[in-house]
Amino acid sequence: MSAAAPLSPDLATGSAPQGPGSRFRAISLPHSPKIIAGLVLLGVFVVLAIIGPLWAPYSPDLTCPAPPPPPLHAAALPAGCNGNPFIGVTVVQKAVAPSCSGLFCTSGSPEIDSYSPLPPSGAHWLGTTAFAQDAWSQLLVGARATLLVGLLAGALATAMSVLVGVSAGYLGGLADEGLSVLSNVFLAIPGLPLLIVLAGFVSNSGNNSATGGVIFISIIVAITGWAYGARVLRAQTLSLRNRDFVEAARVSGEGRLRIIISEVLPNLVPIVASGFLFTTLYAIGAYVALSFLGLAGAPGSGGVWNWGLMMQQAWGQNALVHGDWWWWAPPGVAVALLGTCFALLNFGIDEFINPRLRAAGLTRKAARRAHVSFRARLGYTPVMISTPAASGMVGGPGVAR
Amino acid sequence: MTATAVYKPSVTSAAPLVLEGRDLTKHFAVKEATGIFARRVPLYAVDRVSIGLRAGTVTAVVGESGSGKTTVARMLAKIIQPDRGQLLLDGEPVPRGRPRSYAAQVQMVFQDPFASLNPVHRVRHNLVRPLQIHRVVDDVEAGVDDLLRRVALEPPEQFADKFPHELSGGQRQRVSIARALAVQPRVLLADEPVSMLDVSIRLGVLNLLADLRDRERLAILYVTHDIGSARYLADTIMVMYAGQMVEAAPSATLTDSPAHPYTQLLLSAAPDPERVEPPSLAGSGAPPSLVRPPSGCRFHPRCPHAMDICSQETPASVTVAPGHTAACWLHVDPARRRVDGRAAPAASPEAPATYAALPGPTKPHHPEED
Amino acid sequence: MTGSISPAGPRPVAASAPRQAEPVLEIKGLSVDYGYGAAAVHAVMDCDLTLRRGEVLGLAGESGSGKSTIALAAIRLLRAPGVITGGEVLFHSRPDSGGASQTIDVLRAGDEQLRTVRWSEISVVMQSALNALNPVITIGAQFEDMLRVHRPDMDKVARQERSVALLEMVGMTADRLRSYPHELSGGMRQRAMIAMALALEPQVMILDEPTTALDVVTQREILEELMGLRDRLGFAALFITHDLSLLVELADEIAVMYAGRMMERAAAASLFYAPRLPYTYGLLHCFPPMHGERRSMEGIPGSPPDLRALPSGCSFNPRCPWALERCRREMPPLVTLDSTGRQVACWLHGGDATVPEELNMPDPLGRTGRAPEAPSPSARSLR
Repeated sequence: MSAAAPLSPDLATGSAPQGPGSRFRAISLPHSPKIIAGLVLLGVFVVLAIIGPLWAPYSPDLTCPAPPPPPLHAAALPAGCNGNPFIGVTVVQKAVAPSCSGLFCTSGSPEIDSYSPLPPSGAHWLGTTAFAQDAWSQLLVGARATLLVGLLAGALATAMSVLVGVSAGYLGGLADEGLSVLSNVFLAIPGLPLLIVLAGFVSNSGNNSATGGVIFISIIVAITGWAYGARVLRAQTLSLRNRDFVEAARVSGEGRLRIIISEVLPNLVPIVASGFLFTTLYAIGAYVALSFLGLAGAPGSGGVWNWGLMMQQAWGQNALVHGDWWWWAPPGVAVALLGTCFALLNFGIDEFINPRLRAAGLTRKAARRAHVSFRARLGYTPVMISTPAASGMVGGPGVAR
Repeated sequence: MTATAVYKPSVTSAAPLVLEGRDLTKHFAVKEATGIFARRVPLYAVDRVSIGLRAGTVTAVVGESGSGKTTVARMLAKIIQPDRGQLLLDGEPVPRGRPRSYAAQVQMVFQDPFASLNPVHRVRHNLVRPLQIHRVVDDVEAGVDDLLRRVALEPPEQFADKFPHELSGGQRQRVSIARALAVQPRVLLADEPVSMLDVSIRLGVLNLLADLRDRERLAILYVTHDIGSARYLADTIMVMYAGQMVEAAPSATLTDSPAHPYTQLLLSAAPDPERVEPPSLAGSGAPPSLVRPPSGCRFHPRCPHAMDICSQETPASVTVAPGHTAACWLHVDPARRRVDGRAAPAASPEAPATYAALPGPTKPHHPEED
Repeated sequence: MTGSISPAGPRPVAASAPRQAEPVLEIKGLSVDYGYGAAAVHAVMDCDLTLRRGEVLGLAGESGSGKSTIALAAIRLLRAPGVITGGEVLFHSRPDSGGASQTIDVLRAGDEQLRTVRWSEISVVMQSALNALNPVITIGAQFEDMLRVHRPDMDKVARQERSVALLEMVGMTADRLRSYPHELSGGMRQRAMIAMALALEPQVMILDEPTTALDVVTQREILEELMGLRDRLGFAALFITHDLSLLVELADEIAVMYAGRMMERAAAASLFYAPRLPYTYGLLHCFPPMHGERRSMEGIPGSPPDLRALPSGCSFNPRCPWALERCRREMPPLVTLDSTGRQVACWLHGGDATVPEELNMPDPLGRTGRAPEAPSPSARSLR
């Protein structure tokens, strides 16, 4: 109504960093410890994904027991050290896949389970698998596909959600109804079963190109993962489309597309970023799960090395039971760490979008920096009087009694 | 920034009409209740409001929240499409939609300077875009500087590259005004431009508007709830109540001798340190629901002078003095207070009462107006 | 709704609140920071304020002046990162039959003591009642809850009766007890809030922009009711608003804050007809008059300062038309000006400087100690 003094301290309007529009620039992103930790972790993984395959001491497919225990069924393997131990596996898998029980299809590959996995050593930092392959090399090589599928699917899903969500929110009317129904349908379909059906279809399609497989799996993960982001973006766009600054752009004769791109989208950046991280996290989980279920193909059959595949093989070879932790634990930890890094980034962005969280964080930080020992309690403003006579805090909670 | 003389009554009705809204009506559909059985019912936000904006004139629309004053401004800006009624620009009907040619003539300044500037864009962007869209000037940079100077943001280079959050409320509102001026409009619609600003800087913005009126001959609509500032800035004041225009007059006339009971109530409630008598509120209660507005005159349930006819028939605008109209049965000749509908419009033989009595083109030449 | 209970224009202070009335709330040297250590913003600096029994004390200022901060800090309701860094707040409770009144230092009170003082002795009405009322339970249930906690001796019937009486006191009907806050209009919510604040018959009411969000007619109705209740119940009110013209009509005494400091304090009539502070003078000329010839007004140049980067000396000096060299160097102290006890913090007064004519109008209370029958013509022409 009139010179609005906000409920909270008068100061709120006066000080720029708390002003409503300032949030995107007042504090630059990397100041939050969560964001820094997340970025560092992500950096490590990206570097791994880039140089991993070059750094890997062995080929992940290389059956190279050193010292090689004599293979019982050597005849079943191609000659030499460069065979693919998965021929048997994939045969079985293909036979079982339609019934979606890929999980168990590798358990009975009698010809290769006789290698004894070696624990970590100087030659094999993370030991070897039951197929006498170097686990460290597999981990390094697997990083690329895991991250690639995650980011690719995340990017695809985000693009879809921006397209659908923003158009639905901005256009309104029939377009909104139609697009909302579409995203609701995709939201309602349970993701993993759909993924399994789609992936089963892929592994049956006889696609043997590794790149094609990665892209295809990214697409199907994106298909199941865009709807949530679209809904969030639609809601946010709905609230933005009638903001005064959008109205003002319209009044000054700005075109519709230009308003969406130049006025609306920049304000959605934090939400898009958060959505991207969220879907990437989801995509990594989905990809690892699919691989673990044996539905993402294997090298030579439309798949590539990834951490899910490592865990699937470890599971299939009963590594858990045998105590071969170096085989299954590193990919598990890697997936968990990658997930953590995206979650950290997401929390960081959340703190930065949500003024309440941010204010609380800043307050805590400021208090820490000033070596203030009390905890602010709602409804009892701390009193900190430093007089020569009674220096220190009086009545400050935590100190009062 | 210097303010020039504020009051120029003689210009008012002689100046040409630039933008005119005739019988503007807007009903919003609202949910009547919550839950699955909620029906959508019409909310009669604005009902047959006519308004004319003249070059070099500030017209104020005063009303409480919910009176429909902002909706009128938004209909004139073509942000909201009226359900009925028409807009005329220089006497020509305005085409449907939101053509750029209209944007080049009619611009709007919004209430909240914190919401009307996109937080992600610098001041420059806000001014450059309208300049580019409408190809107003060849040298966009010089255009930006010129605009900032016109709204007294000097030196311009110091402001052009700032983000909105780096500016104070008053400065933001000046940027909003500069953006509106960029297309060189002839009509400026200002929707409560100072109500969100600190008291000490309001006058600066009001004086800027007065300045634009005088120097650039803009036709300005000033929407406000503050009748005191309307009296200060505007040449003509129109009072709205519950979606209808109840009174219109030159600003000093309206505040000194209000004709409609609602205007009287509004004036008696306004803070006035110089008041000698205790204010006695003529009429109490709250504005009515616009979903089920009262029959007849919408003010009658609160009116201390309500008569039988007030609840039965909507009063038409009556000329109570030259240039001063009020929609109230009290000003209708008792002999003509009839319920049969079409009898109402004539107040007295010498003052035909129609909407045209407002400074409007339905009756373009109104010799008895000064 | 008649206007009989409402004050007419600036009231002579002596009429309703004798200077001698004893203080009920004393704020002495209060300082409040937002934030901690070096990053702290000093929102309120060394402010004194005395609220006397039955008096309406107006606190005026723009956003960022610290007017709300000082009030919330006085009852320690300020949210983090607000910290009270100095001063004392003394609440003198009503004298018992014995005669001796009890004094509580709010800043040093324990949690329990603070809880008993709050609401039952000092209540608060804020700008947005929607935020203060619980949205998911009815108004009646909220009255019921509060009375049950604070008046344990009342039974259900008595509580019900009291709730109805309270609502009727603020001009609402009893059936509103069954309403949820969102079903009420803004004015009704604010009335309910006032009824709630009055339920325990507090001695002090802090009104923080209680009517800013309301329409003028509603605002006037609520203020009239509030002042009527004040006359009947005798509570003292600290009325905070940015609308100085409203305060002049309403308050007995007005204090003006600027950039965290108390700058002028005087009886309402004195402040209105004879401001001594350039800022007050400017602020009074920001409200276009409702009568007389329309003429151009200038307002105050510049804008309120950023509390993190206050100008040196007097915070108002960059906007002050009469600023002296000294104003840029030294912050003027708040000094008592004359026999009426009015105070001002300005170098123009009490020194060698010539006081500009605008700041040297005859004080309507100055000579005789009471307001003249009608304001003098010279004071009138001021506007």
